[in-house]
Amino acid sequence: MTEISSPLLRLEGISLSFKGVKAISDISFDVARGRITALIGPNGAGKSSLLNVINGVYRPQAGRIVFDGEVRQRMNPHRAAVRGIARTFQNIALFKGMSVLDNVLTGRNLKRRSSWLEQALRIGRAPAEDDAQRRRAEEVIAFLHLQPWRHTLVSKLPYGLQKRVELARALAAEPKLLLLDEPMAGMNAEEKREMSRFIADVNREFDTTVVLIEHDIGVVMNLSDHVVVLDYGRKIGDGPPDEVRRNPEVIAAYLGTRH
Amino acid sequence: MFYTEAGQFSSHYRTDRRLFRLRQDRYSLYALLLFAFAVVPFIGSDYWLNAILTPFLVLSLAGLGLNLLTGYAGQLSLGSAAFMAVGAFATYNLELRVPGLPLLGSIVLGGVFAAAASVLFGLPSLRIKGFYLLVSTLAAQFFVQWLFTKVGWFSNDNASGVITAPPLVIAGHDLSNPAGRYLLTLGFVVALTLLARNVVKSELGRNWMAVRDMDTAAAVIGIPLARTKLLAFALSGFILGVAGALWAFTYLGTVEPHGFDLSRSFQVLFIIIIGGLGSIAGNFLGAAFIVLLPIALSLASGFMPAGVIDAGQLENLQKIVFGLLIIGFLIKEPEGLARLWQQLRERARVWPLRY
Ligand SMILES: Nc1ncnc2c1ncn2[C@@H]1O[C@H](COP(=O)(O)OP(=O)(O)O)[C@@H](O)[C@H]1O
Ligand SMILES: [Mg+2]
Repeated sequence: MTEISSPLLRLEGISLSFKGVKAISDISFDVARGRITALIGPNGAGKSSLLNVINGVYRPQAGRIVFDGEVRQRMNPHRAAVRGIARTFQNIALFKGMSVLDNVLTGRNLKRRSSWLEQALRIGRAPAEDDAQRRRAEEVIAFLHLQPWRHTLVSKLPYGLQKRVELARALAAEPKLLLLDEPMAGMNAEEKREMSRFIADVNREFDTTVVLIEHDIGVVMNLSDHVVVLDYGRKIGDGPPDEVRRNPEVIAAYLGTRH
Repeated sequence: MFYTEAGQFSSHYRTDRRLFRLRQDRYSLYALLLFAFAVVPFIGSDYWLNAILTPFLVLSLAGLGLNLLTGYAGQLSLGSAAFMAVGAFATYNLELRVPGLPLLGSIVLGGVFAAAASVLFGLPSLRIKGFYLLVSTLAAQFFVQWLFTKVGWFSNDNASGVITAPPLVIAGHDLSNPAGRYLLTLGFVVALTLLARNVVKSELGRNWMAVRDMDTAAAVIGIPLARTKLLAFALSGFILGVAGALWAFTYLGTVEPHGFDLSRSFQVLFIIIIGGLGSIAGNFLGAAFIVLLPIALSLASGFMPAGVIDAGQLENLQKIVFGLLIIGFLIKEPEGLARLWQQLRERARVWPLRY
């Protein structure tokens, strides 16, 4: 049972600076398996940078990352993907010239066993594997109610749907840990409700651990089991939503005065 | 209403992946191939086969090679003619120095040499992109041309540097006549086009487009960037190399570095810009355009009163028309003729409805 109770992700003393400017200072926290952790804080607090450290896009100057029992000084993006970390980006990072289905299929690229030549000549393992990949991609598309747009070019979709396609692409990798950078930014209340429901469903049905960045406190309180608050690269709050909400430093820094 | 889709739903993922999902498209393609293989060689005049269809096919193939790299994988290149030259010279030297190697084998191996050269000059793409990569492929262009001009061994120490390609013999059949040259070219073009089409629809093709559209996101979902880019250079180089060998052996009948200069690289680039980046059919449309436009212009000038346009002016006129078209396509329709063609088809699909 230690497997279950040990955190999926542990950050220990992570510090990151860009050309001497500190973006993250000595941050440590745990992300429990199967839970939804929200990362909140004002703009520029270092939230996106922290996600970038977790999946290896940025290299921290200090600290350790323990993911699923493996200790690392720093991740690299490919290794992170192989180990089961998937993510979405604050500014949508879809493959614009490709259809929804193709975007989702790229999310499954690590699940391939056949070589490119087998696939090009449609021989060997490729045909059966193509079918299996397509089936799994269709499951994700159905799960997120994207069927009507499967053959649509993603650049032709409205913003809210693009955010959903990005979630689909991340989900297609069948990740252990899903990092969502402001998945509901720029959405209206109805779209936010829909997206919250999808995230909760993903977490419940696939037991996927989620770390998400979100500014809407209502959404955060409803959705998350655990909240971590950053301010100017420092951690100023860490605990269950209700507790964090009553933390005076958090109220001062984030909930109250500035937004 | 012959373009109706009624009843043609993809009941199986496999049918969804076919060459063309719609029956009408499939049958049109079969008919076109039958016509090209079985009818054209008999009805085509020597002029059409030699001077129009064969160069059209080879340039389409070269466009295809560059399009995989630039249109699909997003790596800019001005070195197409260099890799065509490697293909041509490698094929020539294999024919010359490896006794018993059949011509088809030499051409395919010529493609392999070109693929290797392309990967070598593609290595900088692991570090640089866009304009800087363009400059580095330009270096390939100048280096390769210099190499084949300066080192006599490649042209068998031929004084003029222009060497006559050996006769085309395949399995005892002499293909040195216009129809034979055309058929040999067509065979390669069809086979490689099918291969390329399958590749761009496969995982590798999706990875290329992912790298082209957003390389950080591609890395984050686990796509190996270096391998993906180098495979694009390899396949592109292979196809360009075969195109170069065909250019020398089936079209010109001679092998010379001069035929593979920078203006040839630009020509191939114009083909994919006019035809459509990231499109297979676009290469054929673009090549047809490039081959036919000069002919159309000279025909048109024939209708003018004598002396209005002389030959020198005609050549300048061609350059101006090309220049304007390139600018027009880059601004108005980056997806090229292929996109315009598709729009026409979409209209036909929903006809008689408007949308
Ligand atoms: N690639 C980068 N280069 C330089 N500075 C960066 C980079 N990424 C983030 N920063 C800086 O790090 C700080 C934290 O940014 P970020 O993580 O995007 O904050 P948040 O996501 O909380 O709004 C900001 O001051 C930002 O300017
Ligand atoms: Mg951010």
